[in-house]
Amino acid sequence: MTTSTPSMAARSAAAPAPAPPRTEQRSTGRLGDLIFAGAARGSGVLVIALVTLIGVFLVAQAIPALLKDQASFLTSREWTVAGDAPRFGIAELAWTTVSASIIAMAIAVPVGVAVALFITTYAPTWLRGPAATMIDMLAAVPSIVYGLWAVLSFRSVVRPVEDLIQQRLGGIPLFAPTGVSGGTIFFIGVVLSIMVLPIVTALSREVFAQTPTSHREAALALGATTWEMVRTAVLPFGRPGVISAAMLALGRALGETIAVTFIVSSLAPGTPWSWSLFNGGETFASRIANNAGEFDSAQKTGAFIAAGLVLFVLTFLVNAVARIVIQRRAAFSE
Amino acid sequence: MSVSTTSRVVVTFPDRTRARTQRDRAARVSMALAFVVAVIPLAWILVTVTTQGAQLLFSSTWWVNSQRGINSTMVGGGARHAINGTLIQAGVTALIAVPIGVLTAVYLVEFGRGRLARAVSFMVDILTGVPSIVAALFVYAVWVGTFGFQRVGFAVCLALVLLMIPVVVRTTEEMLKLVPNELREASLALGVPRWTTIVRVVLPTALSGIVTGVLLGLARVMGETAPLLILGPYTKNLATDLFSGLMPTLPTMINQDRSELGQAAAVERMWATALTLIVLVLVLNLAGRLVARLGSVSR
Amino acid sequence: MKRTTVQAALVPACLVLAASLTACGSDANSPASSGAKATGSTTTNGSSTDCPTGTINGEGSSAQKNAIELAITAYQDTCSGATVNYNPTGSGAGIKQFIAKQVDFAGSDSALKTVAVDGVVEADAAAKSCGSPAWDIPMVAGPIAIAYNLPGVTTLTLNAEVAAKIFNGTITTWNDPAIAALNAGASLPATAIKVFFRSDESGTTENFTKYLHAAAPAVWTADPSKKWTGKGEGKEKSAGVASAAAATPGGVTYAEWSYATQNKLGVAQIDSGAGAVALTGESAGKAVAAASQKGQGNDLALSLKYDTKEAGVYPIILVTYEIVCSRYADKAKANGVKSFLKFFASPEVQSKLESAGYAPLPAAVQAKVAAAIAAIS
Repeated sequence: MTTSTPSMAARSAAAPAPAPPRTEQRSTGRLGDLIFAGAARGSGVLVIALVTLIGVFLVAQAIPALLKDQASFLTSREWTVAGDAPRFGIAELAWTTVSASIIAMAIAVPVGVAVALFITTYAPTWLRGPAATMIDMLAAVPSIVYGLWAVLSFRSVVRPVEDLIQQRLGGIPLFAPTGVSGGTIFFIGVVLSIMVLPIVTALSREVFAQTPTSHREAALALGATTWEMVRTAVLPFGRPGVISAAMLALGRALGETIAVTFIVSSLAPGTPWSWSLFNGGETFASRIANNAGEFDSAQKTGAFIAAGLVLFVLTFLVNAVARIVIQRRAAFSE
Repeated sequence: MSVSTTSRVVVTFPDRTRARTQRDRAARVSMALAFVVAVIPLAWILVTVTTQGAQLLFSSTWWVNSQRGINSTMVGGGARHAINGTLIQAGVTALIAVPIGVLTAVYLVEFGRGRLARAVSFMVDILTGVPSIVAALFVYAVWVGTFGFQRVGFAVCLALVLLMIPVVVRTTEEMLKLVPNELREASLALGVPRWTTIVRVVLPTALSGIVTGVLLGLARVMGETAPLLILGPYTKNLATDLFSGLMPTLPTMINQDRSELGQAAAVERMWATALTLIVLVLVLNLAGRLVARLGSVSR
Repeated sequence: MKRTTVQAALVPACLVLAASLTACGSDANSPASSGAKATGSTTTNGSSTDCPTGTINGEGSSAQKNAIELAITAYQDTCSGATVNYNPTGSGAGIKQFIAKQVDFAGSDSALKTVAVDGVVEADAAAKSCGSPAWDIPMVAGPIAIAYNLPGVTTLTLNAEVAAKIFNGTITTWNDPAIAALNAGASLPATAIKVFFRSDESGTTENFTKYLHAAAPAVWTADPSKKWTGKGEGKEKSAGVASAAAATPGGVTYAEWSYATQNKLGVAQIDSGAGAVALTGESAGKAVAAASQKGQGNDLALSLKYDTKEAGVYPIILVTYEIVCSRYADKAKANGVKSFLKFFASPEVQSKLESAGYAPLPAAVQAKVAAAIAAIS
């Protein structure tokens, strides 16, 4: 077998909708095939059924509460869910969730990809195995432990950094000083970036490792430096994988619950709006988790579920965009 | 590699200049630096957890006894009950989620075309975005709200299955796509049925990646706390029955002691429990890796 | 010593068999005093406790967590065949799970509501779930401390009005004249006040704002509610606010007494008009004694007098009720609940609660509680 052929196949197979030959499908229609295909399709259908059930449940619970909402659900910052005239909206939740996740991705994706490249390309061979294991260990740390560590240890280190930024760049609204002492959006973002880093790294690494040797060697043979080889051979090959890893990571960052719940400082009702990343604020998931103990009426539960629904939609949109990006690239490169 | 790419490559690599060498060196240094930066939190967490909690792990009762009769102000007892619960729940979750996840991925990569496949793929995307707390609320509504069952260990498993499936599907899918088509073609050309090809050729080739995915998923569900707060109340007593009574777990045990941050005994127990959880996940991880290495086709 | 060796030898065996193994673990943590109690129905204090076997589950208020934990441990020492679980998730959750028949009793910082809230009348829903009226049985009285972190300031006196102004953001520094007026002679720093509040809905917030609203109606105008209506920075649960205040000089929060002492925070004295009153089991107990019963018969829901001006009374308290069915469908559950609550309400156990940061129930209330528990069937 030549070295170039499998790499081409692997490359085309990296596209989201690969096309293994299907002409024989009829002729091999044995019983085993039928059962196996049926089981595979059944699993797929089960997934559809599950998500549909969750969706139906969420919407059914959210709608009655939304109908009673006296404030604008999308733009209000209030959150009063009990009583005859509930007023609640998600503006603040959405801002905190999205900005913290963006900070997390801004840190985790470049660092994660760099680490993956280090492990697959730059590190001496003896270090590759242990290095990969170390990063995987980061994924083995449960989120509740991240939460404990962030609040009890890590906070004291990030605090001075925050103070410094606030002093130097306080004129910019994004970095304006606030009185919040505990869980700022910035801090949540930093902690989330550490939590999702192993996801980005693990998947990127797998994909980079699959870069055909012929691509790498061709680039090097043409006089490329290692970095140029990475840029022209490894990164383009791995891009769909990296994007999908980043999306998985973003999904986790957006929905991360328990660690964020430990960290956040929520704002008192009526606190003036601030664009500052050093302000407090709750994310969707932390507000739901924090109040899960008090879901004692359908109306209250519905309001929180409605917030969960928005998180759902948010994550979905991110995924959809990623999918389109991947498909575009696939179409372009073939 | 296509012709157009090749010509681009030629244009991009003129003779080596100092600037290019420096850029290369800069890249090399920043990659190494990124790795160091990524390892710092890991080391820090492990050191924190170990220094604060390791001592309890060597007490004679930690791996054997439960917390029955131990108040948060008291020292003593063990984490046996929580270890049991976490392992049982994670095992059952994996037992349900891995077959569904792998089969779904197989469907997407090997069989799926057309609208059904697109719908499945779309739904997996959505499932990825379901926050753990929402999955738990859903299971609560079905299990308790609709069927009127008690909150038991198995209900927790169901919620965790929802969280684990997308991780397994996604990683498996990614790995299956990387299996060269020649392998499939060669096998099929030899007259091997399609399902045997998948089970004997495609899946083993992708096994190490699939195991990584399963382990990532398992690590996530073992440390998952939010669903446990809703579906799996803590108890200090041993429990092994998934279908009746409360079942304690390590995360809920951590959560219990976390509410007493002023009590030295509770704080030490909290860190020790956290360390136990990390150790368990790591042991599983290593075991999985070993299995993958032994089971995968030689490269 | 021999036992230790055996257990140590079991460790690897347990690890190997981890998931499938059930026989290896042990619930037997011998009681600190002696192993002799484990045999059953006799107790050291002489009062007879009937010991049913089996498990009962409770859930609810986190304010009574330490008290009920103490009671459960002592009870299980006495009755080795019985298991009581209590899950401190919050009062609302407890009532919800009680109505959903998930638990055998609920712990709540407020009695079952008899008026409709969001379309649900809690008392009716609970009665429907039980098939008999549900009773609120006051069991634990817990003072709420105004806990502050001011290095060097060991005693601090506040009154309702000043406390309300601190918590609604009107007073922003510790050396404000209003605070200084109540603390003649104390040197108060110019540190900014940092208020920490419970970001989750909680019975503690509800009872604290009930106090502010009743005792300083002109300043604290918002209606009492489980959700915080003042100013400040929100943290999760009592542990969150207490540790945040402990980590922030100038921090102040409201939390159950035990959290304040555990985190080494100062506890403010309250001056209701008849002199400063320090928080002690006795001063808080007087506030419980002054409460009147608003429930009917064996439903012992209490009405607390937050605006009391009496001398020596610490007015900011909450009472945690155990909510039970008056008649259980399952006799074993009825016996379990009865036996445990009887033990919990006994003077021996109640008198131990002060060490854990609670106030014992006054004798008059204890008698009523005992009668109500005896009437459960």
